Amino acid sequence: MFGVFCYYVMSVIKVQNISKHFGSLKAVNDLSFEVQAGQVFGFLGQNGSGKSTTIRMLLSLIHPTSGSIELFGKRIEKNREAILEQVGAIIERPDLYPYLSAKEHLQLFAKVRKQKIGESDINATLEKVGLAHRAKDKVQTFSLGMKQRLGIGIALVHNPSLIILDEPTNGLDPQGIADIRQLIQYLAKEEGKTVLVSSHLLSEIEQVAHQILIIHQGKKMVEGVTKELLDPEKRVVQIITNDDANTLQIITAASFSNYLLPRSEGVFLKIPTNEIPLLNEVLVKAGIGVLGIETKNSLEDYFLQITSNA
Amino acid sequence: MWSLIKVELYKIFSRPRTYIAFGAIAALIVVIQLGLKIDGDSYANFLMKDINDTLTVDGKVLNGYLICYILLQLLLVHVPLLVALIAADMISGEANLGTLRLLFTTPYSRTHWVLAKFIAASIYTILLLIWLAFLALFVSMWVFGTDDLFLMKSNYVVLIEQNDVLWRYVGAFIFASFALLTVTSLGFLLSSLSSNSIGPIVGTMSAIVFFTILSTLNIPLFTLIKPYLFTTHMNNWKEFFDIQVNANNEAITGSILNIAKIKTSLVVLTLHIILFVSASIIIIKKKDILS
Repeated sequence: MFGVFCYYVMSVIKVQNISKHFGSLKAVNDLSFEVQAGQVFGFLGQNGSGKSTTIRMLLSLIHPTSGSIELFGKRIEKNREAILEQVGAIIERPDLYPYLSAKEHLQLFAKVRKQKIGESDINATLEKVGLAHRAKDKVQTFSLGMKQRLGIGIALVHNPSLIILDEPTNGLDPQGIADIRQLIQYLAKEEGKTVLVSSHLLSEIEQVAHQILIIHQGKKMVEGVTKELLDPEKRVVQIITNDDANTLQIITAASFSNYLLPRSEGVFLKIPTNEIPLLNEVLVKAGIGVLGIETKNSLEDYFLQITSNA
Repeated sequence: MWSLIKVELYKIFSRPRTYIAFGAIAALIVVIQLGLKIDGDSYANFLMKDINDTLTVDGKVLNGYLICYILLQLLLVHVPLLVALIAADMISGEANLGTLRLLFTTPYSRTHWVLAKFIAASIYTILLLIWLAFLALFVSMWVFGTDDLFLMKSNYVVLIEQNDVLWRYVGAFIFASFALLTVTSLGFLLSSLSSNSIGPIVGTMSAIVFFTILSTLNIPLFTLIKPYLFTTHMNNWKEFFDIQVNANNEAITGSILNIAKIKTSLVVLTLHIILFVSASIIIIKKKDILS
């Protein structure tokens, strides 16, 4: 019934002017956005920017001070139970019951879903999140990464059509991060799920998200299609040399000054990718020891790009 | 709803902490039974020392029924503390673990979860009481045998024929279940207010001690509020063992001296349970889940 409903309604999530105040603190301030069906939506912001508060409001764990939230075209506060049947979520840390095993967790959370979830579904979920070999082990023996995988397993066990993952790669090693990225892509492409994934690391999101929303201090800073926003033609790079002061002078003299980004330490430029070899050549010819040219793609740098352009 | 209760029961009985109370009760009862088995006669003589000159008692005074009464007097004061260990942890423990948000993002309302948790905690409490009854009553009957129940009250003695005793214990245990469920619901209410378990557990224990002291103090100011305190009514299971007498001062089999007192206590305890659980539901429904 709900699946059919989703087919006709394009927006799976519709947030309109939500705010959440904790006393005088405005954790979320007049935030609006929409997530379309089948999309991977990247929800970005630094730690403490209001991402988790927003996600908690989407899941009705927190009551908004003002504004409205619709999931699958219905108001969350009035249709909470029907909506949450179609949602799987992990929020911040993978907090679980230390005295239960991975399989027991999935069995318990399968029981509190209204549709029938069999043993084969549980085993398939354990396979999907790479925990089949530790299915019977108690969670207290798990690493943070394994707990994170189990948290994702709990979110997926009932085959939801909307998956909300709040910082899903926290505590994962590089291989684990790549696996989660692959899983998100698989869920969206192969299973047609809508995925909202939050992170404070742009590099994690840019490879999987169709759409990105960046919030800062509870306010929307920018929203748009990932490819358009990140503009791969222009990258922020850091020039690592043995003489930053001289490097800055040479860059200014060699007409690269337009690309310089104001920083208190280090030499940073937002420069077209095809001009990086030329810059390197100029510096080397001037006798600067170029130790490295690093592409900076962190959210912090991206924030600085946006704010310096504003 | 039944699924939620099963989930909560599974969690309760998967934790080692749950079995502490069962173990503690078993250890206490076995130690007391062992002591009375070895040196019961001198204990019985000590009990009877004041009336030995005026009354001759035939038969086995220290039988299973009396042992059970002694055990209940000792233990029903302390079992609430064991109940608080689980009840006061039901919500706050999950808030502390961070698992409350997992539960509250399932397609069941918070009211459903709170009720399921309370019912699960109540089942634990009842099982603890059944365990207590089994050890205190049936094991004592098996070890010490049965005879008439001879009880020394503050200024009179009660003699209940052995065929008139067992149903009184059934009544006393049913009454005790209401008393302990009141403690469960109080622990539950305090649990809904906190994000760690220690506060509600200590709070429940402190509340019981505090109100018990108020209930026993004979100060006029406290006399006014005493009838409304749950602690005043918790020990009224003993009323099942006060018997009516006829004009010849003979015990009337199957009678209870003050059944109205038992009824009043049951009503007061039930109202407390309803009040505490309703307050828990309201608090949890309004609460932002931040942990």
